[in-house]
Amino acid sequence: MFKKVKTWGPALALISPTLVLLAVFVYALIAENVRISMTNQHTARPSSDFVGMENYFRLFGDADFQHALRNLLLLTVVFLAGTLIFGFLWAWILERPAFGEGFFRSVYLFPMAVSFIASGVVWRWLLSSLQTDQSGGERTTGLNRLLDSVGLGFLQNSWWSDPNWGIAAIAVPAIWQLSGYVMALFLAGFRGIPEELREAARIDGCSEWKLYRYVIFPQLSPVMLSAVIIIGHMSLKLFDLIRAIVPDANTYDIQVPATMMWVKYIGSDYADSAAIGTIMLVLVALVVVPYLVYTSRQEKR
Amino acid sequence: MTTATVPPPVEVARPRPPAPRTGRQKMNRTLKYALLLLFVFVVLIPAYVLFITSFKGPSDADPSTAWLLPTTWETAGWAKAWETLAPALGRTFAMVIPASIISAFLGSMNGFVLSRWRFPYANVVFTLILFGMFIPYQAVMIPLTQLMQVLGVPNGIPSLLVLHIVYGLPICTLIFRNYYESVPGELIEAARMDGAGLLRTYASVILPISTPGFVVVLIWQFTSAWNDYLFAAFFSSGSNGPVTIALSFLAGGQLTDYAASMAGALIASLPTLLVYIILGKYFVGGLMSGSVKG
Repeated sequence: MFKKVKTWGPALALISPTLVLLAVFVYALIAENVRISMTNQHTARPSSDFVGMENYFRLFGDADFQHALRNLLLLTVVFLAGTLIFGFLWAWILERPAFGEGFFRSVYLFPMAVSFIASGVVWRWLLSSLQTDQSGGERTTGLNRLLDSVGLGFLQNSWWSDPNWGIAAIAVPAIWQLSGYVMALFLAGFRGIPEELREAARIDGCSEWKLYRYVIFPQLSPVMLSAVIIIGHMSLKLFDLIRAIVPDANTYDIQVPATMMWVKYIGSDYADSAAIGTIMLVLVALVVVPYLVYTSRQEKR
Repeated sequence: MTTATVPPPVEVARPRPPAPRTGRQKMNRTLKYALLLLFVFVVLIPAYVLFITSFKGPSDADPSTAWLLPTTWETAGWAKAWETLAPALGRTFAMVIPASIISAFLGSMNGFVLSRWRFPYANVVFTLILFGMFIPYQAVMIPLTQLMQVLGVPNGIPSLLVLHIVYGLPICTLIFRNYYESVPGELIEAARMDGAGLLRTYASVILPISTPGFVVVLIWQFTSAWNDYLFAAFFSSGSNGPVTIALSFLAGGQLTDYAASMAGALIASLPTLLVYIILGKYFVGGLMSGSVKG
């Protein structure tokens, strides 16, 4: 026993600062958050009467919160579809060495280095449906103006100012920002496939398309899974971009749990705010925990 | 992101012998480049708009010229943006640099221990650490604001410094752990044979070979702390916040000075863009090993 302590004791000591910090800042705070979400602390005045699951029941029965959840689902679906399509397409085109390959890769990836707040500034302008001019009239601007002038006027729309589909417009800048990242993931996947595999398939008389369809693509499914987890969980947390594009945080059309949590916090409704935080945590955990368990099992093998 | 499924950082350019070309392949090639260029234009549209709008004055306010180059190149927007953002830029540097360095060091020690110095339940501990990088911070935010008050950490830069260190730990640990997995075991065995303990091994064998890992982690931490808005929104205000907050005040509101806010967006993005342009390879390395923040 004593000898054991001597061998792994120093190791534990070295990582103990991190363990203590994360135990407090992640796990203890999650527990405390759950506790707050079960109190009636709905105003700035402290009050901590235990009300059980009442806040959760009320939230799930609330039409606004249901709308926010529906928005979140739509956002995630569009965001995922867009980044996977562009990311995969770009990686596929760039998979074989090409002239100027490094340039294309860098351009596609650069939005990733910019903050959602900074890119939100320009997307707010691009996605503005109408702009009021000095005389009080309304003129089209942003992307609508561009679409109009290149003869694609029928594609003009009101972007995020739509209670049903507005949130899908928010996915457009998100896709712009993260497709390059998904491309990088897929590129690494493509490059990880041994050349011998292609050679063997070619010797067996495999056509180029069949080679991809039956040999290369199936090898990419783990990469695809990673991309889905990464993008999916980013979508669940998306907050900055919405705040940057839509001036008023309390806009019904684009409300998602992350923005609603902020609105409740500003309004000092700490119990509801904490409850929404917990709901977000459960949503993320549903996606991430099975994945973490799966990868740690894979590693053991 | 997490460990096994994402391939380790790869040197992305690997030349392969060119295949002989037929007519059909030539057509494919043309199509390929047409597509690549089209996408370049699409991706660069927002950058173009940012750039031209930042130089526009009141004479260009009409939406009909919105997509055209400025008729006169004015720098009033840039002047206003710089004036608004300069103090916040200084504060952000003062927060982001120490935060990156401290969390990188802690992450390096953790990564070393978790990859090389197995102790009971090391894997469980690692998974528990890793989970910290996936949680939506909203799930700890309300009690976190109270905790920081109890601890007496003032709002603004001090709070953000602490938070970026703490919540950066999981990703730093992950990147270093993956990096050290690739260090040959013999190196550490040799040190152990020579009677070096854990700390000695870390200081004299591991640290000297850790530079590439540090570059990746520092870039990652720098970028994500620089671009953070969520913590900044909860823990700072316009007068003591980082550049994302200052920019959102400059660009927010119903009546926006588009020239100034677009110039501001460019100024606020410049540090991370420079890092990306100069150290792009390492930037991609960081993305590969774990990009799940934000």
